Amino acid sequence: MNLLVLPILVPLATAAIMLLAPKRVLAQRWIALAGSIALLGSGVALFNRVEAGGIHAMQVSGWPAPFGITLVADLLAALLVVAVGIVAVAVSGAAFSGVDPRREAVGYHPLIQILLMGVSGAFLTGDLFNLYVFFEVMLVASFVLMALHRNLAQLEAAFKYVTINLIASSIFLTALGLLYGMAGTLNMADLARVWPSIRATGMDTVLAVLFVIAFSIKAGLFPLFFWLPASYHTPPAAVGALFAGLLTKVGVYALIRIFTLLFQDGPTSLVTLLLAMSASTMVIGLVAAQSERDFRRILSFNLVGHIGYTTASLAVLSTGALAGAIFYVLHHIIVITNLFLVSGVLLRLRRTTDIGALGGMHGQQPLFAALAMVPIFSLAGVPPLSGFLGKLAILEGTFAAGAYWVGGLVLVVGLLTLLSMGRAWADGFWKPSPAEVKDMAAPGTPLLIAIAGLSAVTVAITFGAGPLFDVTSRAAQQLLHRDEYIRTVLGGMP
Amino acid sequence: MEVLLALASAVLYTAGIYLMLRRRLAQLIIGLGLLSNGTNLLIFTAGGLTRAHPPLVSATAERLVSPYADPVPQALVLTAIVIGFGLLAFSLVLAHRVHAMMGTDDVDDVSRRR
Repeated sequence: MNLLVLPILVPLATAAIMLLAPKRVLAQRWIALAGSIALLGSGVALFNRVEAGGIHAMQVSGWPAPFGITLVADLLAALLVVAVGIVAVAVSGAAFSGVDPRREAVGYHPLIQILLMGVSGAFLTGDLFNLYVFFEVMLVASFVLMALHRNLAQLEAAFKYVTINLIASSIFLTALGLLYGMAGTLNMADLARVWPSIRATGMDTVLAVLFVIAFSIKAGLFPLFFWLPASYHTPPAAVGALFAGLLTKVGVYALIRIFTLLFQDGPTSLVTLLLAMSASTMVIGLVAAQSERDFRRILSFNLVGHIGYTTASLAVLSTGALAGAIFYVLHHIIVITNLFLVSGVLLRLRRTTDIGALGGMHGQQPLFAALAMVPIFSLAGVPPLSGFLGKLAILEGTFAAGAYWVGGLVLVVGLLTLLSMGRAWADGFWKPSPAEVKDMAAPGTPLLIAIAGLSAVTVAITFGAGPLFDVTSRAAQQLLHRDEYIRTVLGGMP
Repeated sequence: MEVLLALASAVLYTAGIYLMLRRRLAQLIIGLGLLSNGTNLLIFTAGGLTRAHPPLVSATAERLVSPYADPVPQALVLTAIVIGFGLLAFSLVLAHRVHAMMGTDDVDDVSRRR
């Protein structure tokens, strides 16, 4: 079987198998873990194939491109699928610490697998309409995960989340309809080929703006991000971890794909627009993070602000900056997933994530505090951890490309990140525990193992930064020199 | 025909967005439905309208001869209708739960009584 279909089929099959045992929760947990490990394995195999043999494409059912649906993996997509696998293993491992029983009884595990299938599919498809379909697969699964709630705050957050995402989908679909009417194709490689003729009609700006709005809502860019901090802190920690780690990254991935494939040669106003949106996202996200007292809301605003990092360095459109952006996305997926799992432990220990009521972790839970240090300081950008290296790569890339103000802004925002994460550490973990607080429960060994695993991946990214950066540089070159992509997709049968 | 469909699509978009800006959840959901139908109509129209020429190879011909209706937009619309229907059903259930818990479907009340 072709490696390209595995990251899509494995979660689907896992979900289907689980539905055969709807009431047996423990069995479902093991099936979910096994399926997630298989997903990680298929992602690694796919990455090895792409790393050794270049871009890999497959025409589904043998319909030649651009008539059928193409699955295609370049280095960026393969790297992201590996990251999806890592997050999947961590989240399904963490489920052994216990999930809300009501939630687990109505299909928590199958839904997570369906969500993973949508995310992998979005990374691997070579067709814009297929991308829309995988977006919807992912969204419907996330809607249900989000809406399995009892209290009103969560239900209200779910409604906001559903509405804004449906609007984004409508805008995306509108753009697809107009684009098909003009280009007669929705295969991305074929679109890259015919794009100059669309530019000649002058309609490309309209289409581009529609795409940028739709993907920016999903990615969470200013001024379209307000739904994210309003909803991400309400679901249970493992679901929040999955959403924060993967869902916004799909929006970022879509932006990277269309900007490198279609909008690379202009219009320049579009690049300016993306730069302006990214810069505002960084500043506003991190300034807002300063005013928050809740650990998960601090994380949400940091998440938003750091999306701005990656899109700003995408807008520079140079190999160095793009390589830095890809490195940063990978680092960020691991770290933010880990931090939301950390917030899950905090909830179990103290029943709150308000950092005012936390503290004293290093005395009462020294192991947990030590493990949580890695992602917190990595996100803050403290050397030598992966967040510092990612920012360094972005800085080098943007300065080398002459985009000095982007680099300068990254530095300022980096300081704000350090401030907000430093305060989260100092207040949430390091300060003396408020006298009346007693530890409510054990943190849960499987959850701690998941956090330890993700922290180990962060440390591995730190030590393996050299080879990883070489790979992301090659991924950036593949993206910016799109001939190989177009040739592989349209060059007939593999 | 194109003009008529384009106008119909525009009306659906306008009404859909107007309803989504209202405060009541029921109106918001009707707005979502109108918006997705406006989009479907737009895909159908933008793909080009060809009347009475189905994309079938006639018994006497070797291959498809133009003019023929492009089947792809129809396939796209069909997919979009199915997805839109599912999402609409889901948001109805969600609104029903909000209403059952709150006794109101006014967005402002929901935020205030949180």
